Amino acid sequence: MGFKIFRGGIHPPDKKELSADKPIKEARPPDTVIIPLSQHLGAPCKPVVAVKQEVRKGEMVGEPAGFVSAPVHASVSGRVTAIGEFPNAMGRMVTSVVIENDRKEEWTLLKDNPDYMGLSPDEMKEKIKNAGIVGMGGAAFPTVVKLSPPKEKPIDTVIINGAECEPYLTGDYRLMLEHPKEVIEGLKVLMKVLGVTKGFVGIEDNKPLAIQSMKEATQGQENIEICPLHTKYPQGAEKMLIKAVTDREVPPRALPMDVRVVVQNIGTSFAIFEAVRYGKPLIERVVTVSGEGISEPNNLLVKIGTLISHLIHECGGLKEEKGKIISGGPMMGFAIQSTDIPVTKGTSGIVALTEKEIVHAESFGPCIRCGRCIDICPMGLMPSMLSIYAEKGFFEGAKEYNLFDCFECGSCAFVCPSKRPIVQLVRLAKTQVKP
Amino acid sequence: MTEKPLIISVSPHIKCGETTSRIMWSVSASLLPATLVGAYYFGSRAVITVALCLIASVLSEYIFLKAMKKESAIGDGSAFLTGLLLGLNLPPSVPFYIPIVGSVFAIVITKQLFGGLGYNIFNPALIGRAFLLVSFPKLMTVWSAPASAFIKIDALTTATPLGILKENGEARLIELFGDKAHLYTQLLIGNHAGCIGETSGAALLIGAAFLFYRKYITWHIPISFIGTAAAIAWIFGGQEGLFTGDPLLHILSGGMLLGAFFMATDYVTSPSLKNGQIIFGIGCGFLTMLIRLKGGYPEGVMFAILIMNAFAPLIDRGVKSKIFGAQKKPGEAKQ
Repeated sequence: MGFKIFRGGIHPPDKKELSADKPIKEARPPDTVIIPLSQHLGAPCKPVVAVKQEVRKGEMVGEPAGFVSAPVHASVSGRVTAIGEFPNAMGRMVTSVVIENDRKEEWTLLKDNPDYMGLSPDEMKEKIKNAGIVGMGGAAFPTVVKLSPPKEKPIDTVIINGAECEPYLTGDYRLMLEHPKEVIEGLKVLMKVLGVTKGFVGIEDNKPLAIQSMKEATQGQENIEICPLHTKYPQGAEKMLIKAVTDREVPPRALPMDVRVVVQNIGTSFAIFEAVRYGKPLIERVVTVSGEGISEPNNLLVKIGTLISHLIHECGGLKEEKGKIISGGPMMGFAIQSTDIPVTKGTSGIVALTEKEIVHAESFGPCIRCGRCIDICPMGLMPSMLSIYAEKGFFEGAKEYNLFDCFECGSCAFVCPSKRPIVQLVRLAKTQVKP
Repeated sequence: MTEKPLIISVSPHIKCGETTSRIMWSVSASLLPATLVGAYYFGSRAVITVALCLIASVLSEYIFLKAMKKESAIGDGSAFLTGLLLGLNLPPSVPFYIPIVGSVFAIVITKQLFGGLGYNIFNPALIGRAFLLVSFPKLMTVWSAPASAFIKIDALTTATPLGILKENGEARLIELFGDKAHLYTQLLIGNHAGCIGETSGAALLIGAAFLFYRKYITWHIPISFIGTAAAIAWIFGGQEGLFTGDPLLHILSGGMLLGAFFMATDYVTSPSLKNGQIIFGIGCGFLTMLIRLKGGYPEGVMFAILIMNAFAPLIDRGVKSKIFGAQKKPGEAKQ
């Protein structure tokens, strides 16, 4: 493979050194968890438990309502103390199930099935569906939907996304170092489900140890290729990853399956393995807690529903009180308004920025048309024009400049010398015109 | 729970260290060698002319924004840069009201009345100069000889190399400078008549190298500009028929280097897309040589850039960037 590159992109300081060498550590289970019934793209779940009910670890507490949905499960054993509206990382109120941890760690029945590769594709899919697995890179799209392409769109390639191009985040990196075999097994399950003979793992070449570890785990397996990728943000964006690994370009507004590819994240692949082998639902995930504002950055294995404040406490607390805390990475994550927000299936990291690092958005200058944003836009757009049109309220004009092809990676706003809030303006425009 | 409110904003939460003002001040700094050479050869008069441009530009921007009750933008350095470029584009011997009139016109009419930084269609410094050239044609074409003048036509005033080329031909120009090698050397070090900041090719190239090093400019505009001009000079610039012209002479004389590296590359008034920038540069080179070889003025850089400025938005619209995944024909998927 001689491609491994896409046009544009940026090189933000990756800051991975803060947490890259910290082995995954299980976070102390919290006293209570708040489990949102909508942690994924698609229809929110319906609660299937009642207040005061005792639940065991892994028991379903919310059932999917529709095809594009995923069940949610209790991440601790204990008693349901409330079902009500709680804020999520985006600041929206979401119906959530609150469980008080009895610390008995009682599981629902898990069954080890060493012959899991003998399962049929449909049986595997059923297990993935029942485990409530969603894309764990951030978008949280229900995995089983990606694994059910329509018949006229055959899939021939599965790519596991090990780019982890967001600064600070090291959760996928640690999984590749500590559990390479399990990640690869997850890939094999995906390949079997989709009837695909070729699998790739794309890893940015700033993670040589992960590349080595994954290569060792796949030795002698010719149908799986470890693909070192040029280190460049947003290498982990689905379209850019597919371009780099297979040289196929997903057309505007189309999906990876339109170029016969399915992409899954490292953490998702690991969860798929656990679901298919043990029947283990997605109730915990690796979360990188990092940033200059965190006293002891770490990679934690966290129960879904654990409050972010608990994780920050686990990592020695914040260095300074005033600052910005981000759910996800600093390029595409959400600044949260309070730390009393639960970790969900899509929470890849918690990054605390200090006052010094924060670029205040209030003061920005006019566009000087330097063209930096155009040079680096991975989608080949003209972010400068989008921002000018949106700023002046000419939203139709922004649409003509392919507004809806922007996936808000933030590269343009990163390089802008006038510090223009380009992504914010793009989002504004997207709410004002129809696609 | 933290007691103090957390800061909320839309992603991305980190930004690069580059700022508009850093770019403007750096470009100004890159013109320091050319400014110093100008000061060396043309003395205190040149220094005062440039200083007046700087003061008048910054002051008129300040007063205009104040009067319009807008936020002060002096710190971004763009008015300073405009003043500096205008100053370097003036003959050293102009009366002192000339830089002031030019600066006010550049800042107020060309820049602020069009909406301020980022919205002006034309390069403010060049419009300032064009305004002066048209309004005060005599004053703007009097060229004082450098202090250590080599050409001994007149102790005080002389003609620019391009002026001599136009009026008397290449042979006479070489004769005046002794030989070709000497002519090139003088053009490089700046020991000849011309605008304050345009005479020394070497000083301008040092500044340009700095801009390339800092990635503030790319090759697209300057190289297509100079390349086109050189090709036309070579093909049509000679007196003994086609392909006998001297491209190097045309590149090193007049405002070619100052224009190609420092003025045509102005972000605001040039196309944003790389392909468009090449078209823009070719247009600049073509128009420059058209004016130099066939027009009424000995020098054409200024008008060439200004005309192409007007085309810049059109070029950007026409070129358009290639959207990721977009196909040449609908429905044709790339394999």
